[in-house]
Order: sequence, then structure tokens, then C-alpha cells
Amino acid sequence: MTLLQRIRTGAGPEVPGLLAFLAVVILIFSLTADRFLSLANFGSIAYQLPELGLLTLAMLIPIISGGFNLAIIYTANMAGLTLAWVLNQNGGPEAGVWPFVYGSVLALGVGATAGAVMGAVIAYIGAHPILVSLAMMIFLRGLGEFLTRGGDISGFPDYLAFLGHGAVFGIPVPLILFLVCAVLWHILLTRTRHGFAARMIGSNLKATAYSGVHVKRTLVLIYTLSGVMCAIAGILMLARFNSVRVGHGEALLLVTVLACFLGGVDPFGGFGRVAPVVLALIVLQVLSSGLNLLGANQHLSTAVWGLFLVGVMILRWGAGKWKERQKRE
Amino acid sequence: MTSAPAIHLRHISKVFGGVKALQDVDFDVGMGEVHCLAGENGCGKSTLIKIITGVYQPEPGAEIEIFGQRYAQITPTVARKAGIAVIWQDLALFAEMTVAENIAFEAVLGNRPRRVRHAEMRRDATAALDRLGVHLDLDARLGTLPIAERQMVAIARALVGEARLIFMDEPTASLTQTETDALLSVVRTLSAQGVTVVFVSHRLAEVLEIANRVTVLRDGRLVGVYLAEGMTQTRLTELMTGKTFDQHVAAQDTAASEPVLEVQGLTRKGEFRDISFALRRGEVLGLTGLIGAGRTELAHVLFGMTRPDAGTVTLDGRPVRFRSNRDAVAAGIAYVSEDRLALGLIQPQSISDNAVLAVLKKITGGAGLLSDDRQEGLVAHWVRELGVKIGKPGDAMNTLSGGNQQKLVLAKWLATQPKVLILDCPTVGVDVGARAGIFRIVRDLAAQGLGILLISDEVTEVHFNADRILHMAGGRIVGEYDPRQTRVEELEAAVYA
Amino acid sequence: MRNFLRSYPSEAKLLVVLLILCTLLAFLTPDFLTLVNLTSLLNNNSVNVIWAVGLLVVLIAGGIDISFAVAASVVQYICVYVFAAIGGGNWAIGLIVAGGLGMSLGLINAFLIHQFRIISIVVTISTFNAFFGLLMFITSGRFLYNLPSWWSKAVYLWEKETPQGWADIRLPVAVMAVCMVATWFLIRHTTTGRQLYAFGDNPEGARRAGISIGLMQAIAFGWCGMMAGIAGLMQANITKEVVPMALIGRELDVLAAVVLGGARLGGGRGSILGCFLGVALVAVTQNGLNLLGVSPYAFKMVVGAIILLAISTSNLDLARLVTPRRKGRE
Repeated sequence: MTLLQRIRTGAGPEVPGLLAFLAVVILIFSLTADRFLSLANFGSIAYQLPELGLLTLAMLIPIISGGFNLAIIYTANMAGLTLAWVLNQNGGPEAGVWPFVYGSVLALGVGATAGAVMGAVIAYIGAHPILVSLAMMIFLRGLGEFLTRGGDISGFPDYLAFLGHGAVFGIPVPLILFLVCAVLWHILLTRTRHGFAARMIGSNLKATAYSGVHVKRTLVLIYTLSGVMCAIAGILMLARFNSVRVGHGEALLLVTVLACFLGGVDPFGGFGRVAPVVLALIVLQVLSSGLNLLGANQHLSTAVWGLFLVGVMILRWGAGKWKERQKRE
Repeated sequence: MTSAPAIHLRHISKVFGGVKALQDVDFDVGMGEVHCLAGENGCGKSTLIKIITGVYQPEPGAEIEIFGQRYAQITPTVARKAGIAVIWQDLALFAEMTVAENIAFEAVLGNRPRRVRHAEMRRDATAALDRLGVHLDLDARLGTLPIAERQMVAIARALVGEARLIFMDEPTASLTQTETDALLSVVRTLSAQGVTVVFVSHRLAEVLEIANRVTVLRDGRLVGVYLAEGMTQTRLTELMTGKTFDQHVAAQDTAASEPVLEVQGLTRKGEFRDISFALRRGEVLGLTGLIGAGRTELAHVLFGMTRPDAGTVTLDGRPVRFRSNRDAVAAGIAYVSEDRLALGLIQPQSISDNAVLAVLKKITGGAGLLSDDRQEGLVAHWVRELGVKIGKPGDAMNTLSGGNQQKLVLAKWLATQPKVLILDCPTVGVDVGARAGIFRIVRDLAAQGLGILLISDEVTEVHFNADRILHMAGGRIVGEYDPRQTRVEELEAAVYA
Repeated sequence: MRNFLRSYPSEAKLLVVLLILCTLLAFLTPDFLTLVNLTSLLNNNSVNVIWAVGLLVVLIAGGIDISFAVAASVVQYICVYVFAAIGGGNWAIGLIVAGGLGMSLGLINAFLIHQFRIISIVVTISTFNAFFGLLMFITSGRFLYNLPSWWSKAVYLWEKETPQGWADIRLPVAVMAVCMVATWFLIRHTTTGRQLYAFGDNPEGARRAGISIGLMQAIAFGWCGMMAGIAGLMQANITKEVVPMALIGRELDVLAAVVLGGARLGGGRGSILGCFLGVALVAVTQNGLNLLGVSPYAFKMVVGAIILLAISTSNLDLARLVTPRRKGRE
């Protein structure tokens, strides 16, 4: 097996293409923006990536199972609120480490609950995931705004800066957190029965059920895990911005979907891998930081992301056509 | 046949990427005739239909005459104008629209927008249904109708388009016997009105019952045209496959072995009642009856998909009560569904993943994680054991032929090491040639001590392959037969009566 | 009546729920059932209804559009410059320009979907990002107040003094009515409309019957875009300013309302009445909570809970509970 084949079978057929894209993007920016190839720039990418990355992981498994989770941002916000509330109850900036620990556990519980409720409605009632998560999103947004009256909550202990801005052996802590989560997700999808079942459910729910797989339990678990991942993202967001506001990260919702599709996840479900999605996230983040150095703002990056996805989809279409013609000849 | 023929084709060839799908085929259908086009999957039947309806263009040198008129080229529009309609196996109807809208669908076609004439559409729909002698609620949503009635809608739709020649692609595949009879009588009505009907069907019995003549294709070539009268099923099978099958009764005496599955007074309201039988170890127990007799419903209860209202099921002497099919699988029951495409396999996923789906626990290694080695080993074992022809284990399921797919379904369930294997119409969509291979496996499994419940609506299939036969009708078991003491004709008479 | 129940089961259910809600509110608060309140409800929700009927056409054809609300913002901005360039303009020109621009944006979606066989959710999420990013980048998020006077002035079509104050109906309501009737005529009474239903219901069947797939996508997304543009024009008439961030996020609320009204993700089903009722249910709920003195922050929470509840119960088919199980297979 050649190296290329090894990468294709191990990480997914999209990986070489995305790597090539990444190389091209880096090349172009290093020629046009002089500060692009600097440690500071890659450092800032490394701190920005995890927030979007964790939310994308939360979006990934529902899509693979043939569904969607539109409630990820507000689930993350609610989890952040929970932790913020616990910290504030325990002295705000003076809060010790212990309240942070059980506050985080509580936050994960809130995320899991929101996910489990969605999963249960989807699995046991058979409602469309887009609708269920949309309703959950509207509900959580309302609940969050009701609780915070639309304001910010801030004033957290200093040690949280380590989680948001610290580094271990020069590697940013948020990045470590994200990579650990990505590896866990990869293992979940490729090495566990539930991950296996999630892919099968994404392709054909009924046939999976006929094969003796407990599809309802798996669906509830998928959305619960998605909620837990949102909560991790929410905790990280709290640490990075030293504040919680409902609606924070709202603009990232559709970007996570974009990153999944860019990473070759099948929009109809059944197929998707963590590695190409992580690569897609890196491409998006590098694009954004390069444009930033060239003097463009985040909004131009958003536009470029959208055009980039269209471009990639057109290339995939072209590649498919080309392969078809090759086969015919 | 003195008038011009409905279809007169000469030298039809079609090549797809180097593969000759059709080679110099001639095809004639007389006016008002009921003609049958027979052949195995991949013999070129559907390619031929698609050429006549203008979906594909034939290779140069072809001569096409329809209703006495020569055509240099046929497009779908030309074909429709010439009065040709196709009723596809999936019917191509619209589930959310009403019966009237479906029948008179022609009226809303065309790229230039017009006002919809609802009243006119209803009138056309009524007229078409009257011609068929069928009564349906015009305002019912199509999706709420049973398949047989949808079929009538599809035929009526062809009539609204003034079709003089109707192709029917496997029209009886999912109809009950009564429904099939109704359909056949509608076909006769059409024929009497001068409409020509070309039937494509794998159910040989009804082919011979309805058709005037049969055209047989094999491997893209014309085998011959035969009069239906005097033709036997065995002879037709030989013509289609090019092989001779000396079918003989495989039944053996298994009365000595102890029962593995016992069913006592099993009842589910509205589906079947008071079903009692015992399946012995090493026995192939045939269960036949018409569609709608309650066979699949019974299988669903035995497999734990639905729950019975009364009665007991005993497995290996212990009473069992399944809350779901997961319990049934754990207890040692496997079920090969009749709907391989939608329920038996997950078509877009890989062969390897399909094969292990029912035994994920078995490929779980240390630390509770799935092991690639175990998965590869298991897949390789069963592919070898059952002789499944595959490319790579990572290829998508839908790259396999029907017969190989069915073998893989068997492999998937055998991996669960069942005590009882329920086969629900295991040869649907499997070539006649490949069926023998499947039944060889079934025999081997029985010899290894498995109890096998073979459900089928093809009486001959059950007769030649089962050790004992139960006849089910109207939700009850109405007879038991020993294939060694019953002639297949007697059994057919009893079931199709 | 029997036919209505059978053809429009979700609409009928929604109507019953809405009537119950209205009756309750009428008893609970004297302010609900007044001309002033009802007309202001209409005025304030006309834009949502225009979007909803546009989105409905896309849903019927089996697609989904995430980009329409952002497209409406883009149309608003371009309109400001177009009107300035042509020296003012009027309502007729405004409607044509806004509708035309919106339709062009919709046709971009249709082209990408059809030409490159990309599914609509991927395309419209891309164009959502592209439209919004470019709009914010080019305008730098500036608010525009210098609208032509015909555009920013409220047009009263009808007014009446009541004990609670002036009740009035404004131009957006009339435009909403025209959009509803036009869309109703399109989907119900033209052959094109029936083809849209058929295409959403069974794309392969529609293709085999000779329906032009590209044309269907163009009509569905073009119509949705046109409605989005018109809605954008009306929105600016109500708020008297153009704000780039104002409409983003509304797409999901409108989607929820349309689906609540019986349209199906996946195509083939949905009606104008359902759209209206879906938007009305959300609007009346918020309005009722407001009149009952509930904190405005709780509105959305309750609306979300109601939609979740509606979805959870929508699969409980009353007809299935009373009729016996059909014998044999489906």
C-alpha cells in the first residue's frame, strides 16, 4: 500500500485534497502577507481554532447519523451560564477551584440534558431533527435571555485564564483540549459500537433496527454526546472571553455545518470522519487569519468561507464527472 | 395477425462502455396481443424497453417500426405521442397528490405555465377508471392507497395518455393473489379494447397464464419467441438460464430430531390467529400461502418486531417472550427480510460493515473497542464459507448482484449463530440461476442442525426445498403437506385455489 | 368540511389550536380582541408571512433555503443605492427592483444546485455566509437612514378611531395579501405549481414524466428570492432604516413557522393557509404573553416550548387512533 492509499483508507479520501488546499492557501498567504509565516500568527490560529472546532465536533455526529443539531450554540451558552452561575454563587473572582469543578460537571449535565431531550423526541416520536433542534434552539435562546435579561455575566477567578489563554510546553491549552476531544470523537466514530451504529443509522435507520441494533438508544446517545461537546465548548468560551452572554458565537452555527461539509461529511448522513473535518477547520482558520493579515476583517472571511465551500463542492462534482468518464472508457 | 404489428424491431444492438447489452435482437408484438418479455436480470429486457420508449438510442443499423410507422429516432416525447406508455415497477406516482391528479397528470405537463383545469382532470380520471372497471376515491391521497390500487392508478394514467401499447415492468411483484387476478383481468379488458400489453415478469406461472406469446432474452441475445400455450415453467426456466435444472424433491425425514421452536395458539388480531406448529432441529419447514395470508406478520412476531395478542412461543423447551427483535437475536432467532433493498442491507455502506452489523459485540476487542482484525477475519470467513463473490470488502453493498447480496444477508445472520433461521421470500430479485446456490446453502445449514422456516409464495420453491410444508391462508394454517407424498400440481391447486 | 380535514390535516389542527388560544386570550385580557391589537399584529407580521410563502414554494419543491433573510438585507442595501442613482423612484419601481434583485439572488442558488448537483442546504448555507460576509464587508456594518421619502413613509390604507386608539392597516399588509394570493395561484392553479408539488414529492417520477428539473429549481428558488426581496423592501418601510444585521437569524424562525403550518421538509406538502396559521400562532402567542404582562425575555422560551410540543404531538395522528389497523402490509 502506498502512503497515499494508506492516508485514504485511514483518514478518508478527502484528506489528500484538503492537505493540498491547505498547502496552496499557506503558500499564497506567505507570499502576500509578510507576517503570515510567523509564530505569532500560528499561535493566534491555535487559540482561535478550538472554539469553532469543538462546536463543529458537536455538529458532526448528528449529521453523520442523518440528522442535525441547530441548538449547539445555545446549548453551549446555557452550559456556560450554568458554570458562571456556580462561580458567582461562590464568590465570583474569589471562587476556588472546587466550584469550578462541580460547576463544570453541572454544565456538562445541562448540555447532556438538552441533547438527551432532543434525542428522545427524534428517536421516540420520529420528528425531523432539523425541526426538533430548531425548536430546542429557540427555547434555549429564550430561556437564556430570560435568565440573563439579555446581559453579560462576568467576573470569574483568574485561574480560568490558564484554560483560555495558557499553554503547556508551548502548546495552547484550548488546542490541547480540542485535540483530545477530536481524538475521543475519532475513537467514538471508528472504534465503538455506537459510532458504528450512528453511521449505519445515517444511511438506513430501518435496516439498522432490523439488524438488532437499539437505534433509539443510539440516537438519544448521539444527541446527548453532542450536547456534552457543546457544554465543553461553552466552558472554553467562558474561559476565553471571561464572560458569558447568550447569543455569543451565534454566527458560528452555520460555519460548523460548512466545516463538516467541507470535511467531506455526507449531507444525507452515513459517511464522515473526524480527521478531514479537523483539516477543513484548519483550512478555514488559516484562510481567515491570512485575510486578516491582509487587512480584511472577519466578515470578508465569512464570505470567503461560503465561496470556498461552493468551490470545493464544484470541484468534487467535476472530479465525480471525470471519474465517471474514465470508467466509461 | 393480419393487421400491421404494434412493434416491429430488427437488428437492435446496444453497447455500454464496451459491454454489449443487446446484440442484434429482433422483437415483434402483434396488435392487441398480450406479450411477455422474459429473461434473467441483466439479460437486456430493460434496455430493450428503454430503447422502444426513447430513453436510450440503439446502435446504428436498427430498424424500428411502431404501429406501422418507421422511425429513424425515438425520443420519450415521440414514444408518448405514438401511444407508448411504461408502468415502471416503482410506479413513479406522487404520494402526496390525489388519485385524480395522479391519473390526469399528463394535463399539467409542459414547460409553458397554464391554468390547471381541475374539473377536466377529474373527468378524465373518472373516464380512465371506468374503462378499467375500477372504482377509486378520486380525492384520496395516493399515499393512503394500498399498492394494488396504486397500480390501477398507474394503468389509468397510461390510458389518459391515450396509450395503445403499455409496458408493465414486474407489475405483480407485490400483489396478493386476488389482487393479481384483478390485475390480470384488467389486462384482459385492455386487450379486448385493442390495447397491446407487454408484460415483464419473473413470476412464470402468471406469465404463462396471461400471455399469448413469450419472447425470451439471454445475455443480450434473442433466444426465441414461443407460444405461451403448451409452454411449461421448467422449459421456460431452461430457456432463460440456458441450463437444465433437474429439480427434485430434497425433503428428508426429520421426525426423529427434537423440536427447536414450538408455537402454540399464536394470535395477533387482524393479522393471524391460532397458529401452532413445531420446527425441528435440522429441518427446513416450508410456509407457503398467498401474499396477505399473514406469513410475514407471523415472522415479525417470531422475530420480536411485533408482539402477539395470545399464544406461546417456546425455544429449546423454554418459553420466550420478546420485547424487541434484539431479544430475539440474543435468543438465537435470525430473520432474512423479504425486502432486501430497504430492510435486509444498508446499500450505500460497505460489504464489510453490513456483514458485521448484527454481531458488533463479536468484533469488540479489548477495552470495549471494535477491532479491525476481528472484523476482517469474520468477513473473510463468511465470504469464503458461503462463496459470496465480492470485489473488496470495503466496496459499497450495492455493487453486488442480487444473489450475492442475499448470500451476504445470510452471512450476516449466520454470524449471530442462530438456532432458528427465518427466510422470508429469500429469492426475490435473485436470478433463477443463482437461486440454486442459495438453496444449497440452506440445505447445508439444515444439515448442521439449524431449524429453518422457509417462507415463500412460490409453491414450487417450497415444494422442492422444504422437508415439510405448512399452508397458510387468511391468517390460519389450513394444511400440512409432505413434499415426498404430494405432487407439486396438487400443492399449487391447494394454494392458488 | 370533511374534504378540508382530509386534505389539510395539519392546517385544521393548527386552526383549532389557534382558535382556542385566541378564545383564551380574549377572556384573559381585554386588550387582545381589539381592532388596535389585531391590526398591529397584522402590520408587524406581514414581512414574516411574505417570507414564509416564498420559503413554502422551496419546501414544496423538496429544497430548503437558509439564505433568504440575508438575501433580503442585501436587496435592501442595493435598493438604497439604486434608488439614489435613479433619483428617487416610487413604489412600483421599488417593488420591481427589490423583487428582481431578490429573484436574481435566488437564481444563483438554483444555478448552483442544479448545475453542480449540490443539495440545497449546502448551497444556501454557503450563500448565506457569502451574502452576509460580503454585505458586512462592503458596508462595514453601516446603518442607512437616508431612504427616499416614499420608501420610509408609512402608507395607511385604512384607519379607524376606536376607544383604545387608532387602528390602521398599512401597505405591507396589502403587499402580504397580494403575495399570498399570487403564491396560492401559482402553486394551486397553474400547471407549473402542480409540477413543483410533483417534483418535491417524487423527483425521479417527475423526471421520467418529462418535467424539467432545472426549471423547477429556478422557479422555486427564484420565487423564494423574489418574495425575500419584496419582504426586505417592506421591512425597511416599517423600520424606516436599513441595518445589515437586522434580518439575520430570522430565517430559522420563519422556517419553524412554515413547518409548523404543515409544510414538510422533503417536499410535496404544504399550503398558503398553513403558512399563515404557522406565523399567526407564533405571533399570537408572543402578543398574548406580552398583554398578560409576562417578561418579554420569556417570550421566545415559551414559543420554543410550544413548537417543541407541537412537533412532539404532530405524529400522533387522531385518525389512526380511531380506525382499525389495516390488515396485511402497507
